[in-house]
Formats: sequence, C-alpha cells, structure tokens
Amino acid sequence: MRAMRELRETLDVESLRKDFPTLRQEVHGKPLVYLDSAATSQKPRAVLEAVDRYYEQDNANVHRGVHLLSVRATEAYEAAREKVQRFVHAAHAHEIVFVRGTTEAINLVAQTFGRTRVRAGDEIVVTVMEHHSNIVPWQMLCEQQGAALRVVPMDDDGTLRIDELERLIGPRTRLVALGHVSNALGTIHPVRRIVELAHGKGVPVLLDGAQAVPHLAVDVQALGCDFYAFSGHKLFGPTGIGVLYGRSELLEQMPPWQGGGDMISSVSFEKTTYNKLPYKFEAGTPDIAGAIGLGAAIDYVNSVGLHAIAAYEHALLDYATDALKRVPGLRLLGTAKEKASVLSFLLGDIHPHDIGTVLDREGIAIRTGHHCAQPLMRRLGVAATARASLAFYNRREDVDALVAGLHKVREVFA
Amino acid sequence: MKSELRDLYQEVVIDHSKNPRNFRRPEGANRSAEGMNPLCGDEITVHLKLAGDVIQDIGFQGAGCAISKASASMMTSALKSKTKAEAEALFERVHSMLTEGPKSEVGPEELGKLAALSGVWEFPARVKCASLAWHTLRSALAGSGAPVSTE
Repeated sequence: MRAMRELRETLDVESLRKDFPTLRQEVHGKPLVYLDSAATSQKPRAVLEAVDRYYEQDNANVHRGVHLLSVRATEAYEAAREKVQRFVHAAHAHEIVFVRGTTEAINLVAQTFGRTRVRAGDEIVVTVMEHHSNIVPWQMLCEQQGAALRVVPMDDDGTLRIDELERLIGPRTRLVALGHVSNALGTIHPVRRIVELAHGKGVPVLLDGAQAVPHLAVDVQALGCDFYAFSGHKLFGPTGIGVLYGRSELLEQMPPWQGGGDMISSVSFEKTTYNKLPYKFEAGTPDIAGAIGLGAAIDYVNSVGLHAIAAYEHALLDYATDALKRVPGLRLLGTAKEKASVLSFLLGDIHPHDIGTVLDREGIAIRTGHHCAQPLMRRLGVAATARASLAFYNRREDVDALVAGLHKVREVFA
Repeated sequence: MKSELRDLYQEVVIDHSKNPRNFRRPEGANRSAEGMNPLCGDEITVHLKLAGDVIQDIGFQGAGCAISKASASMMTSALKSKTKAEAEALFERVHSMLTEGPKSEVGPEELGKLAALSGVWEFPARVKCASLAWHTLRSALAGSGAPVSTE
C-alpha cells in the first residue's frame, strides 16, 4: 500500500505520458506496452521539436561562420554542453566532450588515455557484469599494448564482489572501468566507494553511466570518477549523440583521437597544433542537432525531477518484482539489494525469444537475448534472458499487462 | 490464441521443440558442423553419417528457442536416408517457404511435415531461428568444417 501511495504522490505519469508520441499507438491491435527503455528510451515531444527547430531555423555549421545562423547554431550547441555540465555536475563545460554514444566515449578513452598510459604487463580491471562496449575496447587496447584484462567477479544475486575488486587492483593496474548500473541485471554498484578504493591505490576510474543517467542523479565531482560516459538515446534524447566527461587535468594530457577539422588550432604540412578542450576531441562537424536534442532531453528530465523519477521507479520496480515473482516458473536473475529499473528473468524452460515473440503479439515490447553481456550470461549459466526495463513513463498497468502476457506465454508452451 | 501465433507455434512445432527427435550424435557420424546465431547466442551442431552420397543417419545437439529446435528436429527426421542432392533440394524449398511465405511457389505437398514451419515467414525476426539448422546442415554436407553464422 505504501508503495502505491508513493507512486501516486511522486509523479503524474498519465500526464507525462502525453508528452511521448510513440507511447500512444497500438501494435498488433493492442495498446503498446513499452518495457525496453534500457535498450533505448522513447523521446518526449520537446526533444523532437528542439531538433526540428534547429533544422528549420538555425541550421548552419558550428564554430566557423561569421553569419547569424552559424552564431545561433554555435550558441545552441554550446548551450547544450553547459546543460550536460550542470546535469552531471562537472566543474567545467570543457570537460564535456560530445561523442556518438557511450561506446565511442569508451573507445576514445582506450585509444588516447589507454594508448599513452598502458604498457606491456599492465592491467585494466573490469567486472563480469560489463556490457560488451566496456569490454571489447579494453581487449583491443590490451592486444595493442600487451596488457591484460582482470575481471571482478560477482555473487549469484548480481552483487559485485568489492573485496575481490580491491584485491585485483594491483601495482600494474592502470584503470578500473565499470558500469554504474548493470544493463542486464540492474545492479547499482557502490561506485563512490569503488572510486575511493581505486584512488587510494592511485588508479583512475571510468564509469559507464549509460544505464544510470536516466534513473539516478549523477554528480561526477561527488563520485570523484575520472571519466563518465553515457548515451543520449537512453536519456530520452536522440540516437547518435553521447557524452564523455573527463577531468580536465586528464583530458589535457591525452593526445587527440581522430584528426580533422575543428580539433586544430593551426595546420601546416610541417606541424599541426591541436585545439583546446573539448574541441581537441571533436574532429569534424559534430552531431549538432543531436546535442541540441540531448540538451532538450536534459531540460525535460530536470522538469520532471530526477529525485522524483528515482523514487517513482523504485516503487514501480518493487511492484514489478513482487508481481513477477508470483508468475509460476518465473526466475528473476539479478536480485541485488541496490537495483534500478531492470527485471531480467527466465520462465520455466521456455526460451527468451519465444517469450519475446508471444509478448510482442500482446503489444508488449521487451528485450530478449544476451544483452551484449555474453560473459555475464556465461557466469549465470544461461544463453539468454528476457528483460523488461522500466522508465518513469511506465505504470503499474504496464507491469500487469506483462504478467498477463507471461501467463499467455505459459499457455502457448503448456 | 491469435491465429498468427498459432501459425508459428503449431502443435507439431511445440512437440518437436519439447521432444526433439535425433537429439544426439549418431554412432559412426563422420561429418559435423557448428552453427550459431550471434544475436541470441543460440548454438547448434549437426552430425551426419554419410555413406557415399547418402545420409545414413543424422542428429543434432545444442541449445536454442522452440523454433530453432523444432526446425532442427524436423529437418533430421526428414533427411534420413536421403541423398545429398535431395537434401539440397529440400533446403531450397524450406528456404523459399521461410522467406517468401504465400508467394513461394513451393506447395505444402513438397514440404511434408516441414510445412508446419510455414507460419514463420510472418515473423521476420524469427526466420533466422528456423533456418539455422539448415545452414549448419549445408556446412556439414560441404565438409568445410567452418562454423556457420546467421549473420
């Protein structure tokens, strides 16, 4: 009862849902129940309008033209950077680098910070719960440099083994890279403590915040992390835009990644001088519309309030966890104490793809498969799971529809 | 149940997925190939006992969804004692059924029990599940030994 009361008190979800055009449709003749926001979130109209407005009124290249449209485009693009800065509480706007997404942000750090700091015999520490995008860039770096990956294990419920993490950080560790929130299990890691541990041993920390920023208020200075990466499209913004936050001291020391326009101060065939931060890392015309859309998404999230979102989603996750546990034969994977918005599960011996197909015909969108976390699937001893993921626009009705859908799945495969 | 869902999960498909036939490595198997669907992590191995051009025995092992298991099970049931050429011809017919649906010129009488998979074409995301075993079979017949992938 308490949870239900909180749900009503914190957010007016019915009115917020009206801001999301995609949510108002039928699929296969049933109202859409979108439970795949961990894959990508839906976009509020304010984001779509901001992108349209840029293309309809201000479309010009940034940082170049003397003409008015270019000035307006540049102002809007840089205003978006400042919105991101305030959103993650970075000390400076020039610590915010626009990239394509979390994946590109991590690759950037691996190929600049990593290439200059990591030598043969060195180690990078990751966790068994990482998304492939926080594994493969480090593996590539390790291959290039002759370094090794060390993997922090977890308990069966999806809780990270902090004691093991502490043990694995050694004299050859050059970086700890981990997710803030697990995409496949929803575990929220105690990242502040982890940063303290690593810094105590002089090791910097990169946080993959792709699954965290839509659900939790993030303060990179309070966390103390050295790098923080996230994607716009999981934060109700457009695809193709993402953010790398880096402490300016580190960003200054890092060589540029891609070469091209915008990242230079002067070019001659003898020598090129690189531009200052953050432009050193933004070669070529950026995704201007994407950045503006992301800025609008951040405005939108702020207007709803991340603390209200977190409280609402927490109560909804509790409701969903209880409801799913009552489905006969259902086994939840990932039951750590601290969790956000993700319900990974198996239903008897029914393959997740078959679950996904039957649910789709009921209008319910979930993700099925390995969630780009195959090492985690191996650790869990499964090939795949079904995953329902929540956002603040989901309601108890959506969870009820999922439960009804799962009963239908059981019927089909009875 | 909705008719498309019933078209996909016909009783015979459910039966084959729950009680897969020839779910083993046949004794004397002399060819095998692995297939995988990297999108979902499904893996399958098809084993053949070839004598000249004839598939004397056939079996499969692995893990997958109902569609991929049923397809593999029905495939092995259909191919015992068939020649390589007959197996290739059946592959073509099944492929046509899965990808072209009602536009396919292959009639149900040419497919036998495999016609139970005719509903798959309405589910584009699932066509790869149904075709995985068949691609793996072709690799085993070709004897290349290279793992096949749906991607």
